[in-house]
Amino acid sequence: MRAKDVLGRRGEDLAAGFLEDQGIRVVDRNWRCPAGEIDIVAFDGDALVIAEVKTRRSLAFGHPFEAVGADKLARLHRLGSAWCREHELRMPLRRVDVIAVLDDGTGEAAIEHLKGVG
Amino acid sequence: MALGRTYAVALVGLNGYIVEVEADIGQTLPAFVILGLPDASLNEARERIRSAAQNSGIPLSRRKITANLIPASLPKRGSGFDLAIAMAALLAANDIRSTGRHVFLAELGLDGRLRPVRGILPAVMAAVRAGYPDVVVALANAAEAELVPGARVRAYTTLARLAFDFGADPQDLALDADPGLEPDDGDGHVEPAVVPDMADVSGQAEGRRALEVAAAGAHHVLLTGPPGAGKTMLAERLPGLLPDLGDQEAMEVTAIHSLSSLSTSAVTLRRRPPYESPHHTATAAAIIGGGSGLPRPGAASRAHRGVLFLDEAPEYERRVLDALRQPLESGELILHRAAGTAAYPARFQLILAANPCPCGKASGKGVECTCTPTMRRRYFARLSGPLLDRVDIQLNVERVALADFGAPRAEEASAAIAARVRAARDTQLDRLRPLGFETNAQVPGRVLRGGLRLGAHHTGILDRALERGSLTARGYDRVLRLAWTVADLAGRGSPDADDVGQALALRQSGGATP
Repeated sequence: MRAKDVLGRRGEDLAAGFLEDQGIRVVDRNWRCPAGEIDIVAFDGDALVIAEVKTRRSLAFGHPFEAVGADKLARLHRLGSAWCREHELRMPLRRVDVIAVLDDGTGEAAIEHLKGVG
Repeated sequence: MALGRTYAVALVGLNGYIVEVEADIGQTLPAFVILGLPDASLNEARERIRSAAQNSGIPLSRRKITANLIPASLPKRGSGFDLAIAMAALLAANDIRSTGRHVFLAELGLDGRLRPVRGILPAVMAAVRAGYPDVVVALANAAEAELVPGARVRAYTTLARLAFDFGADPQDLALDADPGLEPDDGDGHVEPAVVPDMADVSGQAEGRRALEVAAAGAHHVLLTGPPGAGKTMLAERLPGLLPDLGDQEAMEVTAIHSLSSLSTSAVTLRRRPPYESPHHTATAAAIIGGGSGLPRPGAASRAHRGVLFLDEAPEYERRVLDALRQPLESGELILHRAAGTAAYPARFQLILAANPCPCGKASGKGVECTCTPTMRRRYFARLSGPLLDRVDIQLNVERVALADFGAPRAEEASAAIAARVRAARDTQLDRLRPLGFETNAQVPGRVLRGGLRLGAHHTGILDRALERGSLTARGYDRVLRLAWTVADLAGRGSPDADDVGQALALRQSGGATP
């Protein structure tokens, strides 16, 4: 595993824990299909949450949120539909969240959570 | 608070409108949107503001920033909104404390420095008039902003220093960087170094007299004569005879200069009447104003309260000349474009110069002239009747006689003539202000033949010319106007038959109808 993947993996673990702490139930992680990958799938009450996790060590190359563009959001929405089809679930309430993890490796990581973007 | 509010000014022509800048920070992915009809350069503000804030040590929020410029329907252009938007965004993020009713007028550099913008004077005037006397400008614009009475100007060099004064945390701020003043390119100070003096004009007694009358009564002039007779020489000496501009006028002139000057360096109050002499290939847009988006002032507006000299007038495009009729009548140019309507003042004194014919040799006996009568007629036909109708003085300038040229006499200097002009202007003001006018050139015919009517024994020569048909009814009024100016210069209370005769000579010696 390369260093950037180790970091990404740790960020996703932190993000999943962060969601659980908020009472958002994580049901699937790193779900893949030919169209791409969903980092975290979770239930927030009645709503299905498709979460994208972005992890950075520092802000030197911009904020993690800035790495999520319009096409990425569109893909996440499509992947959400694909996930529902595969699990034969009808989820009328569906949203895409983005979670930024800033982890410089020294102290506690800073986690920011944006709900229902795009 | 996720909402910040600051103020800026949008200029439409010379009229400024207070623009309220709201910035909202939304809890969603980073973006920067500007609403309220921004043009391309205003939309680029997003990138300038982000970098400027970052490099000043107060990065903007990593969320969606929506800046809304109110009223949304007013088109906004240019870089002058940068600072107001940046401050609103910082305010929305709680990085600074409320800026109250301060108006922000500056462009931002990527390094966070405040850069001067055009049109500061009219913008600050508008802000003060609208009840927002506190303005924040770039240091290079400070002198210009301070010209406005009642304005409380705060000038800064960098966004960091400004943010510090509004309570930003000094720990992160880049306060050390001090770009200081930009090197001045000097454009703001170009009062013409040497104003040409009447003392340089040898002979030309008629021309000198016509110029004095023109200056005293603000009459428009047509000078015809062969090349080298001194038409241009006379015309460029007219501004030197005109009195200094009053406070109000000086502000108007400076405001136009502030808008149209290419440079954004310090502008000083212009006390002397401007002088514009565009080339005869100039387009209508160059003369009356134009350009993409909202039209910018042209030469006619830059000559506001001064002199517009059109050399080789028949060589101008006809539509350019005719476009001048509106400002000659109303003193204002109203330009309609898709992006909006701009009104610029254009109360100039027009001086037209023309050769007697296309080859220029038709003066005197005209034996050397090679032009056919048709060519000559066509040449002058370009100066349309309606335009010439507005020109009171039409004078033929002959080549200077050897006697005057060979033995130079001490000719009267501009200063002495200007003193007489000033006195004549004062007399006019006393007489005309109760009637609502300032100069003889403005007085309409109904007043000339009504309240200011002269006795028949004074106007006899005119009445006979009218009967003979050598003078039109309009021409009659023109001569009366000139007669009043001649009398004012002589210090007589009202024109006598002599003054009327002199006025008639100034009107008829022109070569426009050869």
